[in-house]
Amino acid sequence: MGRTAVTLSGWELDNPVIPASGTFGYGKEFAEAYDINCLGTFSFKGTTLKPRFGNPTPRIAECGAGLINSVGLQNPGVDHVLAVELPELAGFFHKKVIANVGGFSVEEYAEACRRLDGAEQVGILEVNISCPNVDHGGMSFGVSPEAAAQVTRAVKAVTTKPVYIKLSPNVTDIVPIARACQEAGADGLSLINTLMGMRIDPRTRRPVIANRMGGYSGAGIFPVAVRMVYQVYEAVSIPIIGMGGVQTAEEVIEMMLAGAAAVQVGTANLIDPWACKGIIEELPRAMDRYGIESLQKITGGAHHG
Amino acid sequence: MKQVWYTVRENVPVTGEVWRMVLAGDTGAITAPGQFLNLAVPGFTLRRPISVCDWDGESVTLLYKVVGRGTQAMTAQKAGDRVDALAGLGNGFDTARSGRRPLLVGGGVGTPPLYGLCRMLRQQGKEPIVLLGFRTAAEALLTREFAALGAEVQIATEDGTAGTRGFVTGPMAGLDYSYLYACGPLPMLRAVDKAAKTDGQLSFEERMGCGFGACMGCSWRTKNGSKRICKDGPVLERSELLWEEQQ
Repeated sequence: MGRTAVTLSGWELDNPVIPASGTFGYGKEFAEAYDINCLGTFSFKGTTLKPRFGNPTPRIAECGAGLINSVGLQNPGVDHVLAVELPELAGFFHKKVIANVGGFSVEEYAEACRRLDGAEQVGILEVNISCPNVDHGGMSFGVSPEAAAQVTRAVKAVTTKPVYIKLSPNVTDIVPIARACQEAGADGLSLINTLMGMRIDPRTRRPVIANRMGGYSGAGIFPVAVRMVYQVYEAVSIPIIGMGGVQTAEEVIEMMLAGAAAVQVGTANLIDPWACKGIIEELPRAMDRYGIESLQKITGGAHHG
Repeated sequence: MKQVWYTVRENVPVTGEVWRMVLAGDTGAITAPGQFLNLAVPGFTLRRPISVCDWDGESVTLLYKVVGRGTQAMTAQKAGDRVDALAGLGNGFDTARSGRRPLLVGGGVGTPPLYGLCRMLRQQGKEPIVLLGFRTAAEALLTREFAALGAEVQIATEDGTAGTRGFVTGPMAGLDYSYLYACGPLPMLRAVDKAAKTDGQLSFEERMGCGFGACMGCSWRTKNGSKRICKDGPVLERSELLWEEQQ
């Protein structure tokens, strides 16, 4: 195992850097820019049972240290992903991927995951119960421990792949929800999704985003994400994929010290398509600076001694 | 798509709200007129997508309108400053479709990408007619430059201070042309599409996240399914437009 390698539910990744769902499509646009096989893996675009166009535009708003999006889970549907996107992906990406799955009912989550269960290329199912941009379902499953547990049990019943539940930060206390997922059989957790936010244009006096509110991501949410990963790490024993505003190799290390076994990078990819490649190249130097021999050993390091 | 560090050669106002920025550096990624650059602006998260007015082997010219804080900040760039850009984004116009005598219709700050298109059409021996609409004569852009390319140029202004009084659809009705290219504000494009007598390509604006097709922030519904304005556009075919989807 290399010094940057990490393990998620028995799956060894060359490094902990994983482009986050919704910022990397199904890999194609980035594979035009660089050889994406340098990534630990990536989490593909949130996919639902049926195809979805998503929300009206404008879907994007500038923020001081990030952006707001309200894409609304636009995706071609799970059958298209299995028939077209994954076979195409096999042509340029030779690792397994994380399949990010969205839904609007417990049955829909389970059916989409059941169909993905047969896909050899899928290493982990990441179940998104935290999308703030869809009216019914989405985040509503991520804000109650009972609903989160219900989705977790339903998905676990139809797959043998590791199931990671992606949690919302838009809750009073994330810890009981994380615990409920673990008790329902989740193999891991991904956190955090975007924070609910809003911008208003003073000239038009109207919300910038057509759907009025959206999910705030980017550098501004990094401290919130570190805090929540730290809190959840103390409460559960399953692995955590940490994410939220990560832009640099140092921040990958910081997120791991808080408790992350691997780290997703989202908004940074949209500003600099080569962001993850740069972070991966910088990681060994950042490890040297902080006297880290093996990255895997630092997970949760901030909690000890 | 290519990331390029350009050096600002010039950044000056040309009308009240429109500035010209000339960037020196690698233009190899720019392959068609109507493509855009996505420029990093110090102090802002999102890059600003600006259409390419024209380019050669060593520099690219942009005309941009100051519409908000980001484009306002762009005006502070001085000759010699370095600018981080993603170059060669979007599909651009297809000159092969033009026929002998295409009509190029530009409105306001939608005019600049038609300049590079017009230059290429002239190089191909075509005889484009350029019809430009502005609010008033003081906001007119590139009219002499289009004429210098050897194109027939007509102007319409809303207040009648230059050319025909009114919108571009007025003069458009009396013209014969082989194909239509247009870029401008959405209401103008809607009217131009309604008035068009031939097939054509229209270039659209949308608020973008990444600019290279990853975030799905700028999707439009079309007859050919969902299209990302940044990657599958900004140029769409007249025949695929679903106007009722756009407010």
